[in-house]
Amino acid sequence: MVAFLRFLINGVSLGSVYAIIALGYTMVYGIAKMLNFAHGDVIMVGAYIAFCAMAYLSLPPVVAVLMAMVVCTALGVVIEGLAYRPLRQAASLAVLITAIGVSYFLQNGALLIWGANPKIFDSVFSVGSVRLFGGELTITSETLLTIAANIVIMIALTLFTGRTKLGKAMRAVSEDKGAAELMGINVNRTISLTFAIGSALAAVAGVLLCSAYPTLMPTTGSMPGIKAFTAAVFGGIGSIPGAMIGGILLGMIEILGKAYISTELGDALVFAVLIVVLLFKPAGLLGKPVREKV
Amino acid sequence: MKKTGKILALALALMMIFAGSAMADTIKIAVIGPFTGPAANYGLACRYGAQVARDEINALGGLQIELLFEDDEHDTEKAINAYNAVMEAGAQMIDGTTTTAPCLTVSAVAYEERVFMLTPSASNDGVVADKDNMYQVCFQDPVMGVFSADMIVENNMGTKVAIIYNNADDYSTTIYQSFKAEAEKIGLEVVSVTTFAADDNTDFTVQVADAKDNGADLVFLPIYYTPASNILRTAKGMDYAPVFFGVDGMDGILAMDNFDASLAEGVILLTPFSAFSDDEQVVSFVEKYKAVSGGVEPNQFGADSYDAIYALYQASVAAGITGETTYDEACELLIEQFSTMEYSGLTGEMKWDETGAVSKEPAAYVIKGGAYVPYGE
Repeated sequence: MVAFLRFLINGVSLGSVYAIIALGYTMVYGIAKMLNFAHGDVIMVGAYIAFCAMAYLSLPPVVAVLMAMVVCTALGVVIEGLAYRPLRQAASLAVLITAIGVSYFLQNGALLIWGANPKIFDSVFSVGSVRLFGGELTITSETLLTIAANIVIMIALTLFTGRTKLGKAMRAVSEDKGAAELMGINVNRTISLTFAIGSALAAVAGVLLCSAYPTLMPTTGSMPGIKAFTAAVFGGIGSIPGAMIGGILLGMIEILGKAYISTELGDALVFAVLIVVLLFKPAGLLGKPVREKV
Repeated sequence: MKKTGKILALALALMMIFAGSAMADTIKIAVIGPFTGPAANYGLACRYGAQVARDEINALGGLQIELLFEDDEHDTEKAINAYNAVMEAGAQMIDGTTTTAPCLTVSAVAYEERVFMLTPSASNDGVVADKDNMYQVCFQDPVMGVFSADMIVENNMGTKVAIIYNNADDYSTTIYQSFKAEAEKIGLEVVSVTTFAADDNTDFTVQVADAKDNGADLVFLPIYYTPASNILRTAKGMDYAPVFFGVDGMDGILAMDNFDASLAEGVILLTPFSAFSDDEQVVSFVEKYKAVSGGVEPNQFGADSYDAIYALYQASVAAGITGETTYDEACELLIEQFSTMEYSGLTGEMKWDETGAVSKEPAAYVIKGGAYVPYGE
């Protein structure tokens, strides 16, 4: 029972990281209708910036996280402006390939700047661990922080998209780009804003990911990026609560599957579940089914 | 006029002959490995090690070495492209490839085309099997598995063993299998075997918890140091402190930027090379290596590749290979040398058997206070 609880908590924590990354995928997809495959690498850049701020400039963790968010926000907006905006009218395949190109560019750029040897990320929030059941169950502070950050981000984003003018503009663009433009919404600016928010979240995700799993390399973002993309599809791509639920479920399936079925099949299980869900609900758990007009 | 022209031509021809003999002869050695991508760490180490060896050898003034670098990104297809590129550029022999999977592919082609290969670090036994022109500087994976199991029993390091290995990796899987077989033979109890598949950030809670819940007092880690560092941290978070026993993939753990060395306190590892040695040759190598690597400490990959270049150099000099020797001629000459010669380098005394496998002993070290200390001292 204690073991189950331990795996469950770790699963939720890992899932929370996936969820925060998945938000970036899902928001960009919902609004720009493109898969930003470079998103995972923005996470890596965010983690490197926070690492440099803490290890080389000896800045306090909070400042380091803010710095990472600022740099990633700028990076996201620049990537969108330089690589994706000129392709707004192009076929979606062209944008997809560009995104993969950007992903390689970021990875190799990081290799050039920071080298291939892994760096060990200092946890931004380490106050020891919580011990329950007479020390049988230990929960690290990083685990709790990740779950808490996830909840805060979810509430903030829901309020933002539901209550603010900019959030409403985002939803309008996601529903119908043309109509939104006719209503006087600046579509390009809204898309930029989406990238900015997504990238700032990526920085947070990078810091949380590396606080829990501290080896930081130029390829650190790729696998979590793919898993988070899976989570976004799983929950229904384009849907913010979907990304949350998808991410957390994915993390739980991964850890519990490894614990109770087989460590060899951990990743395979994750994707098997995705396939089953998509067979029965092609739009994902919370996705809106799109009817094709004939 | 006609006469002066003849004299001039003669003088010119003479000058060219003298210039030719004064200019030392240069052989071309290809270095193939992953310089970018997820395994860049190992490929770059081999590249830097080779550079140090080249600079030393060229400073001696005799036979000169030109290195041709090609990146294989730890990808079998790109490794073939890299191989074709260096052969087109006139490579006469190969120091490579760094990693096992590309090496299996490239060595098959090199065997057909008769190009001599000496890999610094591709340690799978399949790499040299049935290829008379393929040699290794590193010891083979099964050797390490057997050596580890024997050592654990002989020194009473633990009675209940847990193993965590990377089942997506030939290197890790082969060591695991040979360890498991040897453990069964000598009666070492294995209580937990768990796996993972990727060398990047992976959650190790399940694997470490399984070892802990099964009461393992020693955890055998036939894996690379990056995931190992995550495992050490996860174990600490769970208040679990068994003996951790790593193999040569553990070498490099202390060189990671910002690594908390106290996590690795007491970790045992097998490596042919210790950057902490006060051996004169090692100290000089570490210093020169750091100058080309931008301050990164060398690990065994760098040392193995350094030895590979020196071994190729020693064999080439002995066989009289020059810049004019074609690669297939060089191949036969080098096979003759390597099957009989002895070489003493940074990673130990080496001799090769007829399969191309090296005979050298792994050495065990314990990490104490952020440095390697020979086991038992």
